[in-house]
Amino acid sequence: MTKRARVTASLLLLAVVVLGAGCGLVGWEWDTPMSTVQPKSDFGKMTHDIFMLISWTTLVIFIAVEAVLLYVCFRYRDRPGAPIPKQTHGHTPLEISWTVAFAAILVIIGIPTIRVIFKTQEAPAATTLHVDVTGKQWWWDFQYPTLKIHTANELHLPVGQTVAFYLHGPDVIHSFWVPQLGGKRDVVPARVNRIILTPEVPGEYLGQCAEYCGMSHANMRFRVFVHDKAGWDKWVAAQQAPPVEPKEDLAVKGKDVFSQSACMGCHTIDGLSAGVLGPNLTHFGSRTTMAAGIMKNTPENVARWIENPAHVKPGALMPALGLRDEQIKAVTAYLQSLK
Amino acid sequence: MATQAAFMPGAKAETATTGVWSWITTVDHKRIGILYGVTAFIFFLMGGIEALIMRAQLARPDNNLVSAQTFNELFTMHGTTMVFLAIMPLSAAFFNYMIPLQIGARDVAFPRLNALSYWIFLSGGLFINSSFLFGAAPDGGWFGYATLTTRQFSPGHHIDFWMLGLQILGIASMLAGFNFIVTIVNMRAPGMTLMRMPVFVWMSLVVQFLVVLAFPAITVALILLMFDRFFGTLFYAPAAGADPLLWQHLFWIFGHPEVYILILPAMGIVSEVLPTFARKPLFGAPVVIYSGIMIGFFGFGVWSHHMFSVGMGPVADSAFSIATMLIAVPTGVKILNWISTLWGGSIRFTSALLFSLGFIAMFTMGGLSGVMHASPPVDLQQTDSYFVVAHFHYVLFGGSIFGIFSGFYYWWPKMTGRLLDEKLGKLHFWLMMVGFNMTFFPQHYLGLIGMPRRIYTYAADLNWGFWNLVSTIGAFIIALSIFVFIVNVIKTRRSGPVAGPDPWDARTLEWAIPSPPPVYNFATIPTVHGRDELWLQKHGDGHGGAPTRKPAPTTAKEIAAIHMPPPSYWPILLALALAVMLSGLLISYVQVVAGGLLTLYCMFKFALEYHRPAQEAH
Amino acid sequence: MADAHAHAHHDPNIGTTGLDNRKVGMWIFLGSDCMFFGSLIGTYLAYKGKSLAGPGPHDVFNIPLTSESAAVLLASSLTMVLALSALQKHDLTWAGRWLFATALLGAHFVGNQVYEFTTFALHDGLTLGTNLFGSSFFTLTGFHGAHVTGGVIWLLGLWFQLKRGRLDARDYTKVEIAGLYWHFVDIVWVAIFTIVYLIP
Repeated sequence: MTKRARVTASLLLLAVVVLGAGCGLVGWEWDTPMSTVQPKSDFGKMTHDIFMLISWTTLVIFIAVEAVLLYVCFRYRDRPGAPIPKQTHGHTPLEISWTVAFAAILVIIGIPTIRVIFKTQEAPAATTLHVDVTGKQWWWDFQYPTLKIHTANELHLPVGQTVAFYLHGPDVIHSFWVPQLGGKRDVVPARVNRIILTPEVPGEYLGQCAEYCGMSHANMRFRVFVHDKAGWDKWVAAQQAPPVEPKEDLAVKGKDVFSQSACMGCHTIDGLSAGVLGPNLTHFGSRTTMAAGIMKNTPENVARWIENPAHVKPGALMPALGLRDEQIKAVTAYLQSLK
Repeated sequence: MATQAAFMPGAKAETATTGVWSWITTVDHKRIGILYGVTAFIFFLMGGIEALIMRAQLARPDNNLVSAQTFNELFTMHGTTMVFLAIMPLSAAFFNYMIPLQIGARDVAFPRLNALSYWIFLSGGLFINSSFLFGAAPDGGWFGYATLTTRQFSPGHHIDFWMLGLQILGIASMLAGFNFIVTIVNMRAPGMTLMRMPVFVWMSLVVQFLVVLAFPAITVALILLMFDRFFGTLFYAPAAGADPLLWQHLFWIFGHPEVYILILPAMGIVSEVLPTFARKPLFGAPVVIYSGIMIGFFGFGVWSHHMFSVGMGPVADSAFSIATMLIAVPTGVKILNWISTLWGGSIRFTSALLFSLGFIAMFTMGGLSGVMHASPPVDLQQTDSYFVVAHFHYVLFGGSIFGIFSGFYYWWPKMTGRLLDEKLGKLHFWLMMVGFNMTFFPQHYLGLIGMPRRIYTYAADLNWGFWNLVSTIGAFIIALSIFVFIVNVIKTRRSGPVAGPDPWDARTLEWAIPSPPPVYNFATIPTVHGRDELWLQKHGDGHGGAPTRKPAPTTAKEIAAIHMPPPSYWPILLALALAVMLSGLLISYVQVVAGGLLTLYCMFKFALEYHRPAQEAH
Repeated sequence: MADAHAHAHHDPNIGTTGLDNRKVGMWIFLGSDCMFFGSLIGTYLAYKGKSLAGPGPHDVFNIPLTSESAAVLLASSLTMVLALSALQKHDLTWAGRWLFATALLGAHFVGNQVYEFTTFALHDGLTLGTNLFGSSFFTLTGFHGAHVTGGVIWLLGLWFQLKRGRLDARDYTKVEIAGLYWHFVDIVWVAIFTIVYLIP
């Protein structure tokens, strides 16, 4: 390869790298629903600060190292007739210096790291809201013992209130992760893990299981709604109220179908059934999504689900109940009436 | 079959024979190296195809190219294949071929044990992949966390194939580990002190120690799982009071040293390639060696940095974080040693060198994202997301695979006597660089915007679609680059330029002998006066010292007196017996017992093969 | 750095360190086996006291019997040393006797263990699947017993070769590495006996 060709190739490569880096800094959208770099909680912000510190540091190191590498490749390329270069074996002061320098950088990263580790794992204060999270294959159960609220797959929180999530796992290991609110914590059987954070911005956030847990791991999602005070009070009141009695004919019929089907064995609707294998459905109609966040809570989707859960969500443990179409329509209407 | 004992005076030097039987019974480390290399490359292609299918599935949101079950099997097999059936045995190919040559020996310490390792590896690889034929491919992820892998949550044989396959592969690796440690410690040429060994040999030595000391932990973890699944023990049964984290601790006590097992050979290769093509010695070779030893040693102390999200508590989190940052130091400064080797040199940009340069560039990136993972708060956002997937592909592909290809281009002429085509080599390199970065760089971004790993599909409204598509295209470009490599290999097999013993003007002993080497490697065992002995013979030490004396030419009579171990069929038979025994666990206990007795029989025959007969007078 | 090499001795098994390849190999294997037993012992300790039901260690252990087993194994290490010493002195008769004695003592140990396991299973209702103690105890001691059994087979093999006139002082290293393995198995038993049986 001629010198000119090599220089051209290298410049091209440089251009590609610069372009790529440019795209990275400018063209990539960071404010996305599951972003980890747009923190909306105290936990998330503390984490993000260290992340930015490490990012800038490593970026500088990266640019320096790659630049020296490229420089060396140009400056010391073989030329025809060149003599054997000086057989340098090392340079101890230099080697010591760069070792110490690298170690120093790590100390700079290490100190805030340790601080944040301890800060984020402190015991909860008395005013902390207690939420029990149970991760099962492949959905999320949420209980607020102090508020006597029991729901599933949609988590509601008041803004500015510190909340302690206690994580329970009856089957396999899962991981509770809401990227915009902070890091994840695993759900481990026979252990109760705890993660404490304070959401600081009202909004709707997405969560997802982050530890491979079997067939439908990809479908074990959930939503988090952070409310201002008014919204929170309203939600709590609605959840604490007894289930809405169906008024509309189809919904009434649906309640009958529900009461006579196997639904009763797995699901709880306050005052009607007490099953614990599946999600609590007392206020199912108030949820925006279903089947652990994988689809919107619409009549079509509910009907599709009831007809054959495993078709919608591979491996789903809810069996197809063999209900007739009009029965399914009725139950759908009933469930959606449970606001 | 030849019954003459090894190393008995009077036996002739074995002439190279051809044919399948000669390969089946070979105990020659060079042939065993080639067997490892070819087999591992085929598994590498299989792992690559598994990756391509996954990338095709993920190219679009809500895709249904493959089912959830198939995807879960694909990522499990891709990881397991690449770690155990591709990178480790590709490294083993180089250990086998090059270590005896680089230390001036004629073979490894236990040639038949060496062959046995290969055949057990092959049977393990075939066993685990046979699961596809039974519709029971492993689907628990390559690190198979309990309680998902218990019978309750993984009925069927998927996990059994994985578990037994890994045990078989573990035996192969450990036997090879014992062999190479003894070889390196006890079979060096006169004058080759430990500090005069090539750095590739040093890194290999550290790797073998890691293998023999770390594999027992996963052996136990898998035994506990096997007993739970087959005999009703309760090791991973939370209902009986067990702790699922026991699996994770045992696995990662193995798993972290394993990642050093995967990267150190490539680091060793790079440490050979750079000095050759820069025409300068490795900068700070002792420091690079000590760094390797430190990494090996401290690598046993950082395992729980894979477990920052399990809730170990702040003290454990902090301890492992600090230990991980500490270990980054010897790992990182090596980069500077390599760059300093190039500084002031006279660099020839062969394909081998390009891949080593690629290694430096890519491993730097992977190492820096690793520094991020060392901080638990930051890691809690990154672990189990595509960010960590990007990280480990940068170090394992950008690092290990690039390093291994560097080794291929570098040592190919020695092993085959012909040079690979440089134009195709460079095309391979650039395509692979572009394809690799296109595949994995965007995955950092995907991880940072919250894409978890091991998901077979994702929703459309998350902004993940575009860069997933880019990543998929990159993967196919990688495939294209591998195709170029295969074309190069086929093309130059017969008609490539003849290499001669020392096409690169290199520095170490393997280049002092013909290409390919005769079966006995060295006609006369060389005497070593320093690191880079061959360079000293050719050019002197560069500080005024005269070149050291080359060894005198060997006479035909002397060559005829060299005794090499004869071929043997007990290695393959013993490997088969072992496979019969272990696979019997999935079929019937009668087979286990029969296989066990057969194994015992073969072990005795193997051990006594060269024991003298009763009639021999002394 | 010791520079003894093969050519001086014409023994291709002696290497750079002056040691026999097979001896170095056995030491490395034993290091690896240490990690193996370490992991099993670690598992036992992790689950110690964590069983939710079923018999515990001090409901079932027969310390006098196990102490006898320990003594037997220690004695077998002595007979192993004596076998090696006799072999070195070309006393094949006594080498054979001591080798056989070692194997016999080892078999006695295994016999004790079989008796112990069956008693636990049939009398005390303790099996692999009863509780965490059962799982970890049987697995740990079972693998140790398997190592002893393997050693007994190996020793009997050596004894048999000796009886057929195919083993003598030239094969010292082969018997020596069997001895190293045997002593290791004995030391592991001392550790297991202390950690599992003696410490409350």
